Amino acid sequence: MAFVARRLFPVCTDYTMTSLSNPTAGGTSAPGSSQSDVHAKVYGDAEHLQIPAAAAHVSTEKMLDWFKQMLLIREFELRCMQSYQEKKIGGFCHVYIGQEAVAVGCTAAVEHKDPIVTAYRDHGHALARGMDPRACMAEMFGRIGGCAKGKGGSMHMFDRDNNLYGGHGIVGAQTPLGAGLAFGCKYIDEVIEGKANSRVSLCFLGDGALNQGAFHEAMNLAGLFDIPVIYVVENNGYSMGTAIARGTTMAHSLITKAAGYGIDGYVVDGMDVVGVYADMKSIADKCRATSRPAFVDMRTYRYKGHSMSDPRKYRTKEEEEVFEKHDPIGRLEARLKAAGKLTDESLKAMQKDVRDTVRDAVTWSDESPIPPMAELYHDVFVEPWGPYTGSSQPQMNGGTANQPSMRTIDTKEELS
Amino acid sequence: MSAVREIEYRDALREAMSEEMRRDKRVFLLGEEVAEYNGAYKISRGMLEEFGARRVIDTPISESGFAGLAIGAAMMGLKPVVEFMSWSFSLVAADPILNNAPKMLYMSGGQFGCPVVFRGNDGAGGQLGSTHSWCVEGLFSNVPGIKIAIPSNPYDAKGLLKTAIRGSDPVFFLESERMLGNKGEVPEEEYLIPFGQAKVIRSGTDCTLASWGRPVHFCMEAAEEMQKLGISCEVIDLRTVRPLDIGTVVRSVKKTGACVVVDQSWSFGSPGSEVASQVHRHCFDDLDNYVHRVHSADVPTPYATNLEQEYLPNARKIAEAVRSATYNL
Repeated sequence: MAFVARRLFPVCTDYTMTSLSNPTAGGTSAPGSSQSDVHAKVYGDAEHLQIPAAAAHVSTEKMLDWFKQMLLIREFELRCMQSYQEKKIGGFCHVYIGQEAVAVGCTAAVEHKDPIVTAYRDHGHALARGMDPRACMAEMFGRIGGCAKGKGGSMHMFDRDNNLYGGHGIVGAQTPLGAGLAFGCKYIDEVIEGKANSRVSLCFLGDGALNQGAFHEAMNLAGLFDIPVIYVVENNGYSMGTAIARGTTMAHSLITKAAGYGIDGYVVDGMDVVGVYADMKSIADKCRATSRPAFVDMRTYRYKGHSMSDPRKYRTKEEEEVFEKHDPIGRLEARLKAAGKLTDESLKAMQKDVRDTVRDAVTWSDESPIPPMAELYHDVFVEPWGPYTGSSQPQMNGGTANQPSMRTIDTKEELS
Repeated sequence: MSAVREIEYRDALREAMSEEMRRDKRVFLLGEEVAEYNGAYKISRGMLEEFGARRVIDTPISESGFAGLAIGAAMMGLKPVVEFMSWSFSLVAADPILNNAPKMLYMSGGQFGCPVVFRGNDGAGGQLGSTHSWCVEGLFSNVPGIKIAIPSNPYDAKGLLKTAIRGSDPVFFLESERMLGNKGEVPEEEYLIPFGQAKVIRSGTDCTLASWGRPVHFCMEAAEEMQKLGISCEVIDLRTVRPLDIGTVVRSVKKTGACVVVDQSWSFGSPGSEVASQVHRHCFDDLDNYVHRVHSADVPTPYATNLEQEYLPNARKIAEAVRSATYNL
């Protein structure tokens, strides 16, 4: 299958400099309000913003599937916001609205066996990876039916069956883990099973994580050890309320950071799911074949605040409107309609279907019981001792022949 | 018949790792200088030759990175052994070792565990100054979800490390640069030592000395001195502080009526304070005096020899505590 890597910029390109010297490239003539001006303000350059002329060759079925997945994530997140207002969801909650094309396109571009790890804005990745919306919503409701039995919460979505390794709440913490997952795949295949490694891992991070030491250590190790991990920076222009250029050097050309570690860097338009898929497929194929890492500056935008308590005072309504005009769902809708693959009627049916699914997830989560108190001391250790009752799935890491034991335990307090 | 032989603490550690690596291909070693340099403290000497570079892996000086990498690999079902040249250096890896490893199983609702062993030198090495002399058990024993072993001798080091590697949970394994050359009897035959089982290494009737790691030796010295004064000390090596075998200590204190806890970490909020608290609770009516504690002085570790010696727990301080606890001042 041929595909067009339209906005795939390898690390050696001079695109950055060109775009810097031509900040209105691809935009309209109205200064201050043009799409490219706004993009230049958010990301530091505007080059990639040109709407792609050609679509990658993907089947209509796939596109319709991605479209529906994006609809589902958006509807799901809207209901999360509502449920948060209703105090059904507590703590911190970060919604993914606006960034749907990234999780959906990236997940489609890799295989199910490839591990994925992400940060705290993780509902979209969980759903795109195939997590049951009920389990995802119930987790946020703090119910036993949640993916982690209500013990993880919004920021910690895990799904073993779907190879989703979290959901990690500390900015950048998941980046060494992402290297470890890919390292682990390679070790299992090559050292233990004596065959060629066929897996890559996807590690998502926000642009704010670029400034964490852990990320740089992970990049160095990935480059040094030939670890096939793809770092996808979901660059939405802001780490919480801090514009990217206020927080990181070379904000206009993040791929230069990858170059420092000998890692191929790419810039991808994260607001176009077909493009994301096509570019990420090409990147993943290359990583798989060469067993090398990659770094992707995935240009995207979150429409809502960093979290539920963020009034977005650090940016303008006009800026938000520019991105909303190029909404990933709207763009694909237009494309599918133009191609005659989607009608107002079929769209309505799809929207209804998605609403029903999410409504069901909410109802189901409402009805899911709160975790029994026995869960408090469960899953702390795989091996039971003292007050700890072991774990539900102790077989996962092979168990042990020698179960350590505690000899004298009268009460839970004794071992606290 | 078991052959009696003496080997060094470092050899015991190497034997444990090598035996487990022969037994299970999921086990691998990574850390700074572990491979080509043969280990900064020669613990992994010869392991690169036997297991190759895929399983004995030199890392850059990048604790946060390689600790996190090991945790990711452990989530995949592998069993990494991570060597910190010093536990003092683990502080820059605090997030992976404290936020990831101990919580992964819980936060994932039992889906992903972290069967990883972090090991290395803990405590004062000898004039290493303040930054390199950490006793991290003072900090890390506060965290649920990890097991902590602090062996005092080669026999325990080998048996406990094998248990640590074979287990399914994250383990912090705290060794001591000052003990790596210590020799002790270690049988040729395979054995494992379960966690959470203290060992009474000297029987006595007047005062219980509870400790772990290097200070156990100071306790034995002090017990010897006290014997000359007619004070009979029972010395207990707890071997692991998580799980903590408080039962063995309690049984001893019920017999002796006096207790001194010796802990090389700082006193405030330490494993030593935890042991003392639990002994007070369980032996409230048996104690003839409050539980005495000997710790490192509550100051940054000094460099000068005389200051460092006075800073650390030692036999003299322990003897003083025993005399005070037993009203023999």
